[in-house]
Amino acid sequence: MRILNPFIAVLALIAVALVAAQVPGGQVLVGIILPYLAFALFLGGVVYRVLQWAKSPVPFRIPTTCGQANSLPWIKQNKIDCPSTKLGVIARMFLEVFLFRSLFRNTKAEMHDGPKLVYGSSKFLWLFAILFHYCFLVIVLRHMRLFMDPVPGFVSALEFGDGFLQIGAPVFYQTDAIFLGAIAFLFLRRVTLSNIRYISLPADYFPLFLIFGIAFTGILMRYFLRVDVVAIKQLTHGLATFSPAITGQIGSIFFIHVFLICALMIYFPFSKLMHMAGIFMSPTRNMINNSRMVRHINPWNDPNIKPHSYAGYEDEFREFMKEGGIPVEKE
Amino acid sequence: MYGKGRIIPALILFLGVMTSPIWYNSGEVSKLPKPEKPKDYKECVAPTQFMRTSHMVLLNQWRDNILREDGARTGRTANGTEYVRSLQNGCLKCHSDRKKFCDTCHTYASVKPYCWDCHLQPKEAM
Repeated sequence: MRILNPFIAVLALIAVALVAAQVPGGQVLVGIILPYLAFALFLGGVVYRVLQWAKSPVPFRIPTTCGQANSLPWIKQNKIDCPSTKLGVIARMFLEVFLFRSLFRNTKAEMHDGPKLVYGSSKFLWLFAILFHYCFLVIVLRHMRLFMDPVPGFVSALEFGDGFLQIGAPVFYQTDAIFLGAIAFLFLRRVTLSNIRYISLPADYFPLFLIFGIAFTGILMRYFLRVDVVAIKQLTHGLATFSPAITGQIGSIFFIHVFLICALMIYFPFSKLMHMAGIFMSPTRNMINNSRMVRHINPWNDPNIKPHSYAGYEDEFREFMKEGGIPVEKE
Repeated sequence: MYGKGRIIPALILFLGVMTSPIWYNSGEVSKLPKPEKPKDYKECVAPTQFMRTSHMVLLNQWRDNILREDGARTGRTANGTEYVRSLQNGCLKCHSDRKKFCDTCHTYASVKPYCWDCHLQPKEAM
């Protein structure tokens, strides 16, 4: 059920979009009003979530240390995995955000006869995750041709590089195929590995199905059903210039595609997809491990409560301690 | 709120990048491409809507059919007019100016077909 329910939800979304594209006024609703609404919710939601996160204090240094901390001069420090400087944290965050370093360190535990517990490196999650994310980025940037006029050079360059194989007309984009393959892997990983399946929830499957639906309808639209791109650019570029208009014939497949994207944008701030902003906000990654060098004072400490040392404590209770037979340091 | 100095600029950057198409266009509605239609000919090989969405597929089919399957080099329109199934000798016969016809939409939609890597329009070849 945890797999079936999100799948049915995505199918329902497609059905709604299909109906909306046929009824009068539905195209305006799905093609113009909904995208504005979804985009505003996406931006507002992301900002709101980040501001909420920013309100939680992190009074102590809690970075995950994956290597030797800064110590005696003859002990070699792992400067990236246990950074004690700002530069180290920047390097760590860069590798994390751009190269998914913590996924690269993914290990799997296996029980062998003996019984023997064996840990091995498992790079497939990293590989397909990075393919997925970078293909998604390229695909989103490529779509800027529909929102910008004149089309900027980097978009044309991406299109050229992506269609480098020059297969067919309209030319085949490699990222489309890699993207679908990567989503398929990420889904099959959750289904086939029993321990991952055990911890997978509808909230894990739903974005996978939704993004698969978006990619699939996009591919259908480009290579198989085909639509009038000029009419579509008139609409999408109109959205970016606040003068959208639907003229000409645009196929239903376009409205399904747009509807699913709007669903993704609305869903985004409420879901685990917020890891897009969350990765920058993780104290376990973005903090300097310098608690042995710098004194970090809890920001909500009451300044009226003065530090109470043991010597002061003894001064205050010396008589009672002596009476009770508790040894004191100063007679 | 903690970390204001970094989080607020980062959020502003995020909003700026996400809405960049709006700034890039700065509200200017671009002109729709108006491909110049041939004056002497009234009828194309297929209906307009089909040509709008699928002309590239038709060209590929012609190529595969003629060069690989030894297909006919001419076809007939719905009204029975004979035409040559060819980009240079067919399409460009009526749509004689590539810049005023093909390129208008292709530039608008950032499509760079590699037809022109080999094919030339008659005037260019001169």
